[in-house]
Amino acid sequence: MKSLWSGQPRLRPIQVCAVPTLAAKAKTRRGWGTRGSVVKMFPIFALVGALLGALAAPTALHAQQNKPWEKIPIPKLHDFKPQQPKRIELKNGIVVFLQEDHELPFVSGSVLIPGGSRDEDPAKTGLAGLYGQAWRTSGAKLSGDALDDLLEAKAAHIETEADEDSTALSWDSLKGDADQVFSLALDLLLHPKFNAEKLELAQEQEATGIIRRNDDESGIAGREAAKLVYGANSPYTRQPELATIGAVTVDDLKAWHDRTIGGKLIVAIGGDFDPVAMEAKLRAAFEGLPPVKPAPARYDVFAGPAPGISFIDKEDVNQSNVEIVGLGTDRRNPDVPALAVMNEILGGGFTSRLFQKVRTELGLAYAVGGGLSFAYDHPAAFRVVVLTKSASTVDATRAALGEIDGMTTRPFTEEELTRAKDNLLNSFLFRYDTREKVLAERVRLEFYGYPADYLESYRVALEKVTLADLNAVAKKYIHPGKLAVLVVGNGPEIKPGLEELKLGPVHPIDITIPTPMPKRPEQQK
Amino acid sequence: MQSRISSWFWKSFLALTLAEIAFAGAQAQDLKSFEQRITTKVLPNGLTLIVCERQEAPVFSYSTFIDAGDVNDPSGESGLAHMFEHLAFKGTSEIGTTDYADEKVALAKVEAANNAYEAEYLKAVGRDEHKLAELEKAFKEATDEAHKFVIPNQFTDIAERNGAEGVNASTGLDETRFFWSMPENRLELWAWLESSRLADTVPREFYKERDVVIEERRMRTDSNPNGRLFEQFVATAYVAHNYGRSNIGWPSEVSQINATEAMEFHKKYYVGANIVVAVVGDVKASDTLPVLEKYFSRIPAGPKPEEMTTVEPKQFAEKTVAIREATQPIYMEGYHRPDYHDPDDAVYDAISDIMSNGRVSRLYRSLVRDQQIAAGAEGVSPYPGGKYPGLFVFFAVPLPGHTPAEMRDAIHKEIDKLKTADVSDEELAMYKTRTRADLLRGLADNQGLANNLAEYQTRFGDWRELFLQLDRVDKVTKADIRRVANQVFVAGNRTGAWIETAAPATTARKDGGAQ
Repeated sequence: MKSLWSGQPRLRPIQVCAVPTLAAKAKTRRGWGTRGSVVKMFPIFALVGALLGALAAPTALHAQQNKPWEKIPIPKLHDFKPQQPKRIELKNGIVVFLQEDHELPFVSGSVLIPGGSRDEDPAKTGLAGLYGQAWRTSGAKLSGDALDDLLEAKAAHIETEADEDSTALSWDSLKGDADQVFSLALDLLLHPKFNAEKLELAQEQEATGIIRRNDDESGIAGREAAKLVYGANSPYTRQPELATIGAVTVDDLKAWHDRTIGGKLIVAIGGDFDPVAMEAKLRAAFEGLPPVKPAPARYDVFAGPAPGISFIDKEDVNQSNVEIVGLGTDRRNPDVPALAVMNEILGGGFTSRLFQKVRTELGLAYAVGGGLSFAYDHPAAFRVVVLTKSASTVDATRAALGEIDGMTTRPFTEEELTRAKDNLLNSFLFRYDTREKVLAERVRLEFYGYPADYLESYRVALEKVTLADLNAVAKKYIHPGKLAVLVVGNGPEIKPGLEELKLGPVHPIDITIPTPMPKRPEQQK
Repeated sequence: MQSRISSWFWKSFLALTLAEIAFAGAQAQDLKSFEQRITTKVLPNGLTLIVCERQEAPVFSYSTFIDAGDVNDPSGESGLAHMFEHLAFKGTSEIGTTDYADEKVALAKVEAANNAYEAEYLKAVGRDEHKLAELEKAFKEATDEAHKFVIPNQFTDIAERNGAEGVNASTGLDETRFFWSMPENRLELWAWLESSRLADTVPREFYKERDVVIEERRMRTDSNPNGRLFEQFVATAYVAHNYGRSNIGWPSEVSQINATEAMEFHKKYYVGANIVVAVVGDVKASDTLPVLEKYFSRIPAGPKPEEMTTVEPKQFAEKTVAIREATQPIYMEGYHRPDYHDPDDAVYDAISDIMSNGRVSRLYRSLVRDQQIAAGAEGVSPYPGGKYPGLFVFFAVPLPGHTPAEMRDAIHKEIDKLKTADVSDEELAMYKTRTRADLLRGLADNQGLANNLAEYQTRFGDWRELFLQLDRVDKVTKADIRRVANQVFVAGNRTGAWIETAAPATTARKDGGAQ
């Protein structure tokens, strides 16, 4: 379930981890275009390490090492064919997936609707997010509050949310409640009645997030770095402001709903249900809708960042967040498999060049990693991130830039290639080790228009990546001179200063939150 | 990693009248089905193995649960358990070294050089700066020498090359966990790797890793307003017990932990009797247990470490912490509560559920929906840990224009309602339904299940308690909730902490080196 309030701390028993977890970072909802990306990790802590430079000597001695682990037998993996969901295309173009799973007595479902924050009116940035919050409480059959009472008493959920390129309605419940919960969800989908009170509540929540956005150092870094890559006014990075969310009205929510609901819906059901009865029920619910309208073509421009260095001063921190960013690519690019292997070598895990150099060898960072990301239908970003104490900002940045530069100057080795491919391929089955993951993947492929066997052909392509491919993609996509560097940190503590990096003048970025306050939501009543 | 957060918290999320009847059957069936699929074995060295068969895909997940965390850090060495957890990724006498015999000698020299440096550094009278510089240089030379034998990150390299997914570990105040998932044909390799690092840890690259941990502290605590608030909050709420201490370590302490101390911690706490290892997935107990036994028998036997004697004395005065800084406001308050063995443990979970779980919860409806003063408000327990008496914590995030004081007053009003009137039948039933449903939902995740089985086996001596706890959940009454609220939520048992926004102290800053 989506948190009731985004971006705020949840109090949990205190714990600290060996490596940063995804949850600890990267709450940025928008901007990086990695939604549903199959990239193994968000590029905060990404890559794998090349044993070059300081590591050359140990590598030579490596051969003498008695490696007891290589004597442990690795039997043939048990046969496994992931269960694919049944795909049904209705006459109107709506696509349904049914994925049976009878292990537990639950049924869950979702409807994915094309159109998200990148499609909103820039003057009303944040509209989709507000829609995502207010929509679930707008049933005609039950008021939002009565719906909450009913669902919670049954330990069931109905949620709505907005993403960069889509909105979604999802539900889940015990098997016995599945019919009732489905009919309530369907009521929200087909007969929503948006109301001012719930919009106001959503606006207040969103305003809290805006007001607080400069308290979170890594949030600032991620957000502002994305703007450097795509431009501040890009559909992928423009941010909601008090004025733009204040401008959203109930009529806007209605218009948004009416506009998006006619797109190609993808309905997915998983869990403990009878497939024949379920198919009949879904046909009855969806086949009567008008034929789906194709999504309009997009004409986004992706120029990439202006090279140079930018700085944001934050006086209450003792650690710098360094972002080194450029433009990435999209997943249709045939170079993606080779790039995935390159990512693994640059920043994929404990053995990546970045991790080995900046964390293990230099001890300059806890969180370090990155790579070149691919989104399904637009270029994602190249992004390397290092968090280091103020005084070592220049050293750590230089070390990270050195590793990026090294992608084109220090040839990849057979050992690196083999390791990266082993890492990717031996863990590949974790992309489809549950029926839920298989279903989610099929929905994603359908949504972006990829073939159903994409994952399999991607795996085969990964196997075929050669050293020559790696060297070629590194030369083609790694351009240190085109990257932008952003540092968020405590100015007076950063010594030596950023000018030592010789990246040109340091551009300060002003992150002051625009006021005045929006007109109070009460005025809209 | 929501599902991997300690089940103390998860429990509080677990939670019908009609459906309750329907569930009674499902529950019995469940426990029975798990009893058929779970095998446990205690090895001669005291270590407990749990194997749970779940054949959805050819993978397994494991969880190693050590009954020791930062609460066990000796005085002056806060952050030690966590530091050791990082060390457990650095390899063994066979992994990560080109020549262990020589490396061992080099590591002893590193330790001696570090001790010499620290001894001089800590001199209160007559510290010789010149000598200190020499000693620092000697220390650096010794570490460089030792580094020559290191094959960096070879332990994780072997794991990742063999398909390990989600390689990580976590250190809480109460426990340390190691975990990942892997293709099932790597089970023996994993058993060798895991038992090796538990039994044969080498203090390799210790001092560089210490710098990494200090960076982790800067990220989680120093450079994060909430991190700073939480640290001050627990430090104020506790006067005697180690729950009040910074878990990642006070800067002066974590920066002076040495490898000898870390290895002593290992010797005392990483003994068979203090470890439970759970494996869940496409594994057969009959094939798996002999393999696990072979490898995990390498872990030294040793007495279960003695329990801590310190008991937090009864609080007799209300305490508050006010942080005034240029960040947005937040309010929290905590009340001391008993440990998880207390017969009222489930009552605290019920209060937490009714006060803060979802959009029907009292705090949401009151502070967020009706009064529209907060973006969110919750009451959770136990915090910061649960093995020893922890806190029941309420917190609220004000909407723009509202203050911590308003949060405090609104929370107190809701607490007073708990004390003066019974919760409704519907609320109580909702808690019980959600607990059951969430327990069920968690059973379909290998990693989450492994974590829970290992934790319940450690905390209750029997993994079945994961299911049996539902009996205690069922027994919670309205009178229990009122009684506990009146007992615990009193001013003299309270610590309040908040951030109130103040103008930035820019005048005190000099021109920066950054630009």
